[in-house]
Amino acid sequence: MYDKNKIVAGLVIFVAIVTFPFWYNLGNASSAPEPKLSEKAKAAKECVVPKESMKSEHMRILDLWRDTVVRDANRIYNTGKGKTFNMSLSTGEESCTGCHDNKAEFCDKCHNYASVDPYCWDCHIAPKEKKPEENK
Amino acid sequence: MNEKYLYPLMAVIALFLVAYVGVEAVGLQWLFGIIIPFMALITFVVGFVMRVNDWARSPVPFAIPTTCGQQESLPWIKPNKIDNPFTTGGVIIRMALEILLFRSLFRNTTCKLNEGPTISYVWEKWLWLFSLAFHYSFLTVLVRHLRFFLEPVPSSLQILDKLDGFLQIGLPGVMISGVVLLAAAMFLLLRRIVISQVRYFSLAADFFPLFLIIAIAVSGIMMRYFTKVDIVGVKELTMGMVTFHPHIPDGIGAIFYVHVFFVSVLLAYFPFSKLMHLGGVFLSPTRNVRCNTRAHRHINPWNPKVKVHTYAEYEDDFREKMIGAGLPVEKEL
Repeated sequence: MYDKNKIVAGLVIFVAIVTFPFWYNLGNASSAPEPKLSEKAKAAKECVVPKESMKSEHMRILDLWRDTVVRDANRIYNTGKGKTFNMSLSTGEESCTGCHDNKAEFCDKCHNYASVDPYCWDCHIAPKEKKPEENK
Repeated sequence: MNEKYLYPLMAVIALFLVAYVGVEAVGLQWLFGIIIPFMALITFVVGFVMRVNDWARSPVPFAIPTTCGQQESLPWIKPNKIDNPFTTGGVIIRMALEILLFRSLFRNTTCKLNEGPTISYVWEKWLWLFSLAFHYSFLTVLVRHLRFFLEPVPSSLQILDKLDGFLQIGLPGVMISGVVLLAAAMFLLLRRIVISQVRYFSLAADFFPLFLIIAIAVSGIMMRYFTKVDIVGVKELTMGMVTFHPHIPDGIGAIFYVHVFFVSVLLAYFPFSKLMHLGGVFLSPTRNVRCNTRAHRHINPWNPKVKVHTYAEYEDDFREKMIGAGLPVEKEL
């Protein structure tokens, strides 16, 4: 082989880069996070749309709601099953965080895992984390 | 239509159908989500190393650097130190400019026949611009995908995500690199189809990777913005793969397996294709050899060892006889 040192060095760098995720995660078998529902959310049983659509579409719903509230001053969302919600992320009992009142246990669990950093909290104030005894 | 791009297009459509039907109708999530990606990765790494090894074993019989400037010669002639590098340092700068900025594409001109007839060479930077856009956006997309393969995700990746999505259009936010990747790949494809001279020398091997990369980009964009997949489930699968605990979570859409299958095909195809210019750009003798052909003799490494008989040895053999015959000698008795 000609220029053996340079070729071998180049190939070692190549293999190291390609296999980087394997040795970065060595001995680290983390499992997927499970967002924790608050007692209130559990009791309510249903969200504004079914759970599976909520999982994939919640960001789009929030984006749409923001525009509906800010541009059309329409604050009420009707689920079509006779139930209404306040189209708000963080105002009042009928808002998103009125029910899902723990950001760290609910929002952040999946967001951190998938490395998503939504800009909701640039403007909105996250719900106060309640201590366990207050929760009862 | 032309079979040189019709066949690759049909091949990519067939690949889509294989993965889609395989997952949706037959339920082969294990095959398309774990076994094929693993085998593709092994093929990619081993094939890449073997291909480079093959190149490294090939001797370079001649010093054949391409020159784009004045070679180092007499002290009063100004040499071009980068375009005609005389030293290793010059070669490194030349290679860096080639690899990072595609300098040779920057020289691209297009030939035009005018009335007269006269010929003129016209400024043509579009190929350079779109190649640069294509490769760098592809790199950005690739690096961004590390968020599925690393846990915890390094904060540098989050900064990259922020920069890439800084337009904040819609939710999930539009990533500039994804749009640029698709647009640039489309340009590179249309260039080969629309310009007749380029179409003439384009082969199926040129079209197939382009169609495949476009299909990868489209399936990725579909997943992120339109049909949606369970992203936590996706990361569960990818993390299972890189920690060697393979596991298929339920409920990931078929489009994800299609995307992964396309990427697997690209990886497995890579070492056998023109895509090997990733490794080849470092090993092209016209670029990585010093332009010192006037100062140093380049010896062909496969020259056989020739047994020579020099004049000095000849004289040693016949000195007495030469002197006897009155012939001049260099060394007297």
